[in-house]
Amino acid sequence: MSTDIKIKKGLTIKLKGGANHQISLANRSKKFAINPPAFHGVKPKLLVKIGDKLKVGDAIFYAKQNEQIKFTSPVSGVVKEIVRGAKRKILSIDISADANDTFVDFGAKTPGKLAGPQVKELLLESGCWPMIRQRPYDVIADPSDNPKSIFISAYATAPLAASHLVTLEGREKEFQAGIDALSKLTEGQVHLSVGGSDSFLDGIKGVVLHKVSGKHPAGNVGIQIAKVDPVNSGDRVWIVDPQDVASIGSLFLTGKYNPTKVIALTGTQVDSPQYYTVIQGSQIKDIVGGKLKSGKSRIISGNPLTGTTVNPNDTIGFYHDSISVLPEGDHYSFFGWMPFIGNHKFSMSRTFFSWLTPNKEYDLDTNLNGEERAFVMTGEMEKVLPMDIFPMHLLKATMIQDIEKMENLGIYEVAPEDFALIDFISTSKIEAQQIIREGLDLMIKEVG
Amino acid sequence: MEFIRKQLDKIKPHFDKGGKLEKYAPAYYGIETFLFVPNHTTKHGAHIRDGIDLKRVMITVVFALLPALIFGIWNIGYQNMGEGKEFLEYFIFGAIRFLPMVIVSYGVGLGIEFAYAIFRGHDVNEGYLVTGLLIPMIMPIDFPLWMLAISVVFAVLIGKEAFGGTGMNILNPALVARAFALFSYAPYMSGNTVWVADSVADGVSGETILGALAGGVDPNTSVFDMFMGYIPGSVGETSVLMILLGAGLLIITGIASWRIMISCLVGGSLMGFLFNIIGSSTNELINFPWWQHLMVGGFAFGLVFMATDPVSGAQTNKGKWIYGFLIGIFAILIRVVNPTLPEGMMMAILLMNVFAPTIDHYIIEANVKKRKKRLQKVNV
Repeated sequence: MSTDIKIKKGLTIKLKGGANHQISLANRSKKFAINPPAFHGVKPKLLVKIGDKLKVGDAIFYAKQNEQIKFTSPVSGVVKEIVRGAKRKILSIDISADANDTFVDFGAKTPGKLAGPQVKELLLESGCWPMIRQRPYDVIADPSDNPKSIFISAYATAPLAASHLVTLEGREKEFQAGIDALSKLTEGQVHLSVGGSDSFLDGIKGVVLHKVSGKHPAGNVGIQIAKVDPVNSGDRVWIVDPQDVASIGSLFLTGKYNPTKVIALTGTQVDSPQYYTVIQGSQIKDIVGGKLKSGKSRIISGNPLTGTTVNPNDTIGFYHDSISVLPEGDHYSFFGWMPFIGNHKFSMSRTFFSWLTPNKEYDLDTNLNGEERAFVMTGEMEKVLPMDIFPMHLLKATMIQDIEKMENLGIYEVAPEDFALIDFISTSKIEAQQIIREGLDLMIKEVG
Repeated sequence: MEFIRKQLDKIKPHFDKGGKLEKYAPAYYGIETFLFVPNHTTKHGAHIRDGIDLKRVMITVVFALLPALIFGIWNIGYQNMGEGKEFLEYFIFGAIRFLPMVIVSYGVGLGIEFAYAIFRGHDVNEGYLVTGLLIPMIMPIDFPLWMLAISVVFAVLIGKEAFGGTGMNILNPALVARAFALFSYAPYMSGNTVWVADSVADGVSGETILGALAGGVDPNTSVFDMFMGYIPGSVGETSVLMILLGAGLLIITGIASWRIMISCLVGGSLMGFLFNIIGSSTNELINFPWWQHLMVGGFAFGLVFMATDPVSGAQTNKGKWIYGFLIGIFAILIRVVNPTLPEGMMMAILLMNVFAPTIDHYIIEANVKKRKKRLQKVNV
């Protein structure tokens, strides 16, 4: 079964520094870290103390709100440090790694022969559960829910995003096993969306396949959900990243928690952008070390639209499959607002001549290109959100925390990443992703 | 450029927190950010941003106004001095009359904006860059400067700042200024002879086409003159050709809504056409061909530069169609039927400004209903 999803609205931002199709093994870090704040809304309860010996798959902490959800170690080693911030909030659990990994054996199983609860239990026990997130709210799924469907988007449209065709290379069996396992978790269907290119994904069984085409954010799973099976009040839809599907499959095939993933190291500040195989929790410096150009750069875990700023001692984000390094933009530009001047910048509007060269790739820096203002321009946000939603009115309702209005205007259907392009194009430099994230947190608190 | 940057950096610490001029920081930043797009980098959300900002938008609109502005200044001289002079003579005559109005408008308006920014501790907003130029372009050329100043004060204080500044206002500030002037200083605004410089003193006939038609006289102006703008009127409004150039820029750059422009044009045409069909033996305006209605008075100027104001207009795309259409309808309706106002564009836009949120409300309500219906379908 296959249907097409064609997205007309949106904006593709072409950036220089895309990764070449070449995968190398990154240096193994000596120190690994797990950052509980990477899991939005999770209050960590530690299960280890300094000096404890860990294998791959040993639980490190669980979520206070749901003790079943465990977070496990990506390497074998010794717990070295527990870093706390304000109010003793746990920021990171540092592990000094052994030279070689030993694994906890969860027992290889055939997912097709298991029942839903058994699949769930193995996922929870092994630490794979956090890979499953839910809509609404864009947080880790609640294992006690029955999702109406599960969505996997294997089509990346964000600027500098890693191509899933590359990151999934050679993982066909694992991916299929992962799908088999996930399909046990819902009474509805598992939806897999792919781009135009042919790959093994076209032949995956047990899914509804969607061919997606269009500009960014066509690849965002939330946009696809809105087109295929929109989230209503009270609904739960689960989402999983494609590499995580393969990791889940790998768990069932081998009985081991598989923390490796392929990430793209991209951006104009990288000497030769390409793909690397890394282990979750690896330090950024072990991946980017010696590969950056000189000059002030910003290292972003994730893509330039939705990623988070990191420093070399931080680790790559749990949900990220790319590291983008861009030039920092802390410079002034004299009369920089003059129309039709400064055509090295990219704009959706045609107040630059850059619209005359639609295929040009840009080297954008992190300058805000202006100052934050009240909402003035109208109609621009609608151009980049391919959903049946009025984004400006939803943002305004969210800012004044009018819960009923937020509900009515479709807060359950959106995630911050869907508003990333609105961050980008906003003339008034409205921080749309932040507003939506705060709005979703409010809804979790008030509605749940 | 380096020099200016250095000077700015030198005085900047005084305006920082704890500096002795801290209170005046908004004024300093107003000037600094005008000269230099600041070095602010992204802190939240997307790490890269579109090159556009509100300054660029506003300046683009000012650029779009320039053709009409330059022509209008020339036309002041042309209307006053008649045929046979050099371009520059007309232009200089016009500039001497018009520039003081621009200076007063910007001086008073920006003065209030800066004072407000300091008083309220927020950034100086760019909105007045456009408003400040629009106001003199829609006033009669002989309008006394002190009256202009008071109109500007009213527009900025009551029309805008009272609601919270740029982006929060309900009515288009430039039209608020004009409406204020019309009701407060009616003799200077509404006579049929105020639209040409010195027309009263020099005995030049300064009647506008609409004024003449309202008086039952056919002014016998050629269509070519109407289109080119060789007719009496306020600085901005006369030349349809120059306004179209501006409209082109606004549509190409994507700054102004083409939806509003087109629907307003359709609305105005339809209303004029209906009047043509009805016909009348007493009201010349009813018989005035519908397509010529679109070329005279402030219709074209209002359509391109006032109706499309994103803050006071409808915000949803569907709403924009309705909003523009109704402006067109009402502009011609008021123009033709109301005997005291020879021009209806200003009133039509102000009226629809008031109703724009209502239009949007129903468009959004439809979206909400659709969502609720979908939920019901699932729950059944």
